[in-house]
Amino acid sequence: MLNVVDLTKSFTAPDGGRVEIVRVPQFQIAAGEQRALRGESGSGKTTFLHLIAGILAADGGRAEIDGVDMAALPEAKRDRLRAEKLGYIFQTFNLLQGYTVLENVLLGMSFGPRGVDRAHAIEMLGRVGLAHRLRHFPRQLSTGQQQRVAVARALANRPKLVLADEPTGNLDRRSSKDALALIREVCRENCAALLLVSHDDGVLAQFDGIQDFARINDARKGAAV
Amino acid sequence: MTLPLIIYRSLRQHALSTLITAGSIALACGLLMTVWMVKTQSQAAFVSTSTAFDAVLGARGSKLQLVLNGIFHLEASPGNLAWADYEFIRKHPAVKTAIPIAVGDNLRGYRIVGTVPELFSKVEYAPGKKYELRAGGKIFTDSAREAVVGSFAAERLKLKIGDTFQPFHGLAFDEKNQHEETFTVTGILAPTNTPADKVVWIPIKGVQTMSGHDPKAATDVSAVLIQLRAATAGFMLDMMINKQGNRMTLAYPVGAIMTELFGKISWFDRVLALVAYLVALVAAGSVLASIYNSMSARQRDLAILRALGARRRMIFGAVVAEAACIGALGAAAGFGIYFALMAGVAEVIRAQTGVVLNVTAGHVVLWLCPLVMTALCALGGAVPALKAYRTPVAETLAPVS
Repeated sequence: MLNVVDLTKSFTAPDGGRVEIVRVPQFQIAAGEQRALRGESGSGKTTFLHLIAGILAADGGRAEIDGVDMAALPEAKRDRLRAEKLGYIFQTFNLLQGYTVLENVLLGMSFGPRGVDRAHAIEMLGRVGLAHRLRHFPRQLSTGQQQRVAVARALANRPKLVLADEPTGNLDRRSSKDALALIREVCRENCAALLLVSHDDGVLAQFDGIQDFARINDARKGAAV
Repeated sequence: MTLPLIIYRSLRQHALSTLITAGSIALACGLLMTVWMVKTQSQAAFVSTSTAFDAVLGARGSKLQLVLNGIFHLEASPGNLAWADYEFIRKHPAVKTAIPIAVGDNLRGYRIVGTVPELFSKVEYAPGKKYELRAGGKIFTDSAREAVVGSFAAERLKLKIGDTFQPFHGLAFDEKNQHEETFTVTGILAPTNTPADKVVWIPIKGVQTMSGHDPKAATDVSAVLIQLRAATAGFMLDMMINKQGNRMTLAYPVGAIMTELFGKISWFDRVLALVAYLVALVAAGSVLASIYNSMSARQRDLAILRALGARRRMIFGAVVAEAACIGALGAAAGFGIYFALMAGVAEVIRAQTGVVLNVTAGHVVLWLCPLVMTALCALGGAVPALKAYRTPVAETLAPVS
């Protein structure tokens, strides 16, 4: 499902020099597989997810999703591939504050291949326990509820690969456990691969075969963060 | 659903600036349409009103003053003509109809014009349209103290058939200068949408012999309204009266004199139009500024949309479409301003001149102006749209770990 080969990304530092953030020689996830990466803040894991999602253009290497190399595509095609294949749960939710809960989910669907499916959007929001909050705006919800909207939005499009960046970082232990269970369950139902990055041992403990991001990212090996 | 939803939500989120900007566009659009329509309609109305007569004969003086006085019942008469002059022109073989008028009195500000009954029976005030009286009315008798009142004057003066009145001396109303004679209203004219509507018509002898008027001028007329048998005859009369004579003036052709008047005051139209164009430009600029200033607040939303899979072109289109929507909203509201302004201006013009503007008349400017305004706003929206197009997604969606 996901095949990363020699993926690199560097940024310009304040002193004008280049700082390499990501250099991942090899990383794979099979369809339906659920993987967790442990990484501390500043380790480059969000940048890695952005490169896979095509939000950032890679400097080099490949990030193949379902056989299509995201890193080699021009921006417009990256946008399309992202909308068709990916669901992204952001650490900071990234909900659209001026839109209702339902509209947030519908908008996420509208860019995908299946288009808007109102009934499915409502069903997804029902599954995250927000059926009674469809017309609420994000600011009218608790942090945990906002997180659940973000989960529903990322999964409503039936993506083939779900990227989850600290998806439970803002939740208490119980809500965190529930949200994670939901993400994993929906991914299983859709045969979607899940790549989750977190520094929370409680979250990571629920996955088998956790990898340290620092061990697959040559750019930051041994770097203090 | 996506694009309309994005536009709708964005307009809602910035409701105040949307309203203010749309308001300024409405003002610009309303002003532009009003200036244009008042200019076009008043010019057309004044020129068409003057089609009933080919020429006006009066004392030596300004042709424009003669036309304004004789046909539009504005301005004072430049002087009098002897009855013999009227008889001379009436009997001239080139003249089809000659209607004498005498002015000098008013009824509470509404001009009293003395004339002959033939004005109502023979003359068409517009092609195919003769003066008509409202039910129960009749034209005054030449020798009686009777009056026929124009529809607008009757409405304002609250006059009906059988009512009586005493005229006031002079063209401006002064309640101390009231004549002794009493006239009886015998008829109310049906509306003609011409200056005749604001006139109180009495027999010409009534004005000529009114108490207090100079007895030596008891047979004089203020002007003679002329219909010619053939248009070319006007040039012959013009030569005879204006160029070879030095006692009278023939204002001919009436339409050309009015067109000349509008030509002279066209600078005023141009200034008004320039002001309206400037307002339109400022309004389009305010759309640009309003959306541009809100871009920093919107950038996160735009980055999120991009992260969800929205294409750059779609984001660009959404911002341009939003600007166009603000323009269209303003243009639509501009019609409200247009109708309000036009109704006010039309009422003033009607009260002052008797010329009626058609507030609901159609004109190419009524769709062209809103269309151009909307397009201008869309153009203004292209600048912030470019900024939206260039929104860096990853950086805007920080934090990065």
